[in-house]
Amino acid sequence: MVTIFNRKAAAPDTPEPIEKQGLSRRDLLKGGTVSLGAILVISGSSIIHPQFAWGLETSNLKPETMATLIQLARDIYPHDHIPDRFYAIAVKPYDAKTGEDPKTKKMIEDGIADLDKRAGKDGYIGLGWEDDRLAILRKVEDTPFFQTVRGGLVTGLYNQEEIWPLFGYEGESYSKGGYIARGFGDIEWL
Amino acid sequence: MAAPFDLKDDSVVVIIGSGAGGGTLGNELAQKGIDVVILEAGARHEYEDFTNNEWDSFGQLAWVDKRTTSGDWRVAKDFPNLPAWIVKSVGGSTTHWAGASLRFQDHEFKALTHYGKVKGASLLDWPVTLAELEPYYAKAEDKMGVTRTNGIAGLPGNNNFKVLKAGADKLGYKECHTGNMAINSAERDDRMSCQQTGFCFQGCKWGAKWSTLYTEIPKGEKTGKLEVRPNSMAQKIEHDKSGKVTGVLYTDKDGKQQLQKARIVAVAGNSIESPRLLLNSESNMFPNGLANSSGQVGRNYMRHTTGSVYGIFEKPVHMYRGTTMAGIIRDEARHDPSRGFVGGYEMETLSLGLPFMAAFLDPGGWGRSFTSALDQYVNMAGLWIVGEDMPQEDNRITLHKDEKDKYGLPIANVNFSDHSNDIAMRNHAYEQGKALYEAIGATRVFPTPPYPSTHNLGTNRMSEKAKDGVVNKHGQSHDIKNLFVSDGSQFTTGGAENPTLTIVSLAIRQADYIAKEMAAKTI
Ligand SMILES: Cc1cc2nc3c(=O)[nH]c(=O)nc-3n(C[C@H](O)[C@H](O)[C@H](O)COP(=O)(O)OP(=O)(O)OC[C@H]3O[C@@H](n4cnc5c(N)ncnc54)[C@H](O)[C@@H]3O)c2cc1C
Ligand code: SF4
Repeated sequence: MVTIFNRKAAAPDTPEPIEKQGLSRRDLLKGGTVSLGAILVISGSSIIHPQFAWGLETSNLKPETMATLIQLARDIYPHDHIPDRFYAIAVKPYDAKTGEDPKTKKMIEDGIADLDKRAGKDGYIGLGWEDDRLAILRKVEDTPFFQTVRGGLVTGLYNQEEIWPLFGYEGESYSKGGYIARGFGDIEWL
Repeated sequence: MAAPFDLKDDSVVVIIGSGAGGGTLGNELAQKGIDVVILEAGARHEYEDFTNNEWDSFGQLAWVDKRTTSGDWRVAKDFPNLPAWIVKSVGGSTTHWAGASLRFQDHEFKALTHYGKVKGASLLDWPVTLAELEPYYAKAEDKMGVTRTNGIAGLPGNNNFKVLKAGADKLGYKECHTGNMAINSAERDDRMSCQQTGFCFQGCKWGAKWSTLYTEIPKGEKTGKLEVRPNSMAQKIEHDKSGKVTGVLYTDKDGKQQLQKARIVAVAGNSIESPRLLLNSESNMFPNGLANSSGQVGRNYMRHTTGSVYGIFEKPVHMYRGTTMAGIIRDEARHDPSRGFVGGYEMETLSLGLPFMAAFLDPGGWGRSFTSALDQYVNMAGLWIVGEDMPQEDNRITLHKDEKDKYGLPIANVNFSDHSNDIAMRNHAYEQGKALYEAIGATRVFPTPPYPSTHNLGTNRMSEKAKDGVVNKHGQSHDIKNLFVSDGSQFTTGGAENPTLTIVSLAIRQADYIAKEMAAKTI
């Protein structure tokens, strides 16, 4: 089952820069933050990426859940050259959605709790190696939870215009006059 | 100017749908001085309104009203509510289409004769021959400005084509070129030439690609004889005691139900909605739906045997630049049972943008096998397989038992399972596609499964005898003289070729017939 054929593809909003959320990098270095995995830090209801200065606030989902979702998104569609920020944008809409729909909220929180349980003491995100996380995902790949997250990513991740150049896709071309003078037949190596 | 006709005017021809079949028929009749009302379920978007964005365009143009699916095809699992990728908009699927315009081959009109009885298939010969259709093919090619006909030059080849051609040469294929495309290679018919934008599937913003939206429809409107009513969904065709159809019940743009009277009704809603409408028009006199004494309405649904093959190379291809269908190989289109199947297939370049590639590469797939392919997007070349599939009685459109649309009418279910001939053909084509790309150094080649159906055919098929089909050789229903079918649902069999040129040719021919019969007062 896929959920991608809504009239509108998911149009995720951009996470706000950290400053707007009233947190500075210095705050992160102080106490009260929990480090999850190698990359994400949770502080209060925020998830902060200390190296690349972006953050994401949750109002309905637990921030730990959101952080795990971001890791899950990368494990489902791993592109090593795509920064976490784009995976965060892709799963962020779940926060709003779960606010409106208790069923979705339960599915997401339960789904993540299940991953954590299967992972053992440090939870899913505490599993440092991709292979270990994938072993778990292969066991749950037929669940509605996994399929919902995966299906949502198809548009949530790949329909972000900012991501296209990272794949070499040039997107809209009408305003540039098409490719008639911009290399539609420029192949040389054949 | 568009001519507004009165709802009670029972002298008009009412056409349902404004796509390849309906839009063409409407203009042809209007040119002959016949009054026409086209009811179109979708909105009217002019070509400036199109967008170079796959999902936004899909949202703007595609038919997304709910349908259900069944059968063993993978689409039923991956896209259970989207059996077909077609359009709900003025211009119909000719807004989305790629423009490949091929004539059927002679033997394809006589499939039963040439292929013999195939177990499980409901093959039949068409009641028309290629020879009869040739003059209409010629008119259609001229109307649509098809390249490599009427002295029109072929389009220049883009990168995706150049890769295809190099592979074709290596495999020894002889007939490979940039296609017969209803896309202007030079200015023609007040429309400009192709700018190689690469968004043919999203509606051509330059108007270089033929679509009824900005050719047939405005030309018809200019005569003052054609009125197109957008946002008007036909729900039921009415008839009188003698069994003749008298008008069409529809919901107008304000959501109000209206009855447009008619002298003749022509159904052109594409092969899912056309049979659905006939079935939903059941009455005491026609309890199984209109034009359905044969029980064939909705049956023999065909969608072409399709699939894609993508090759990944060490260096960039940029397949998305330029026309989406940029070239063709026709060598496999012949009928040659030594390959293990009857009928043949065409190989045509295809490219999808990154968002659609992600959606269609391997629906449901995930993990590094999936993502490592997408990582090579720039170095990818692609081709689409389109081959003749076997008509089967149980591949059919039926009315859903419980689910209704917002007007309270049963929605359509599309049941489809591959015939063993379809599978054998697809596997052969996958192997040829693989060999082609490997011959020129692809480091990885992968097949992708059929997308939701873009070619939908056969559900009101033409037949010589009334018991075998729904309409005669003119698309006139066997049962009701003033009821016509004017879209791809008339196809008796599918051929290997993309269907639209044949749909348009049949519509031109049908217009001649309708005008003649009207003049003779037989309808
Ligand atoms: C992406 C894509 C690429 C394609 N590429 C090619 C190609 O290269 N070559 C080719 O030959 N073909 C191609 N096709 C197929 C081609 O578009 C169709 O074969 C052709 O348009 C079908 O014509 P039609 O008249 O049967 O239906 P359509 O063109 O689909 O028109 C049907 C119209 O009827 C309307 N309608 C339906 N029901 C009702 C109702 N109850 N009341 C009022 N209106 C109604 C619909 O909204 C629609 O506008 C492509 C299709 C797609 C989607
Ligand atoms: S490639 Fe040509 S035909 Fe296709 S959308 Fe662009 S201009 Fe139109």
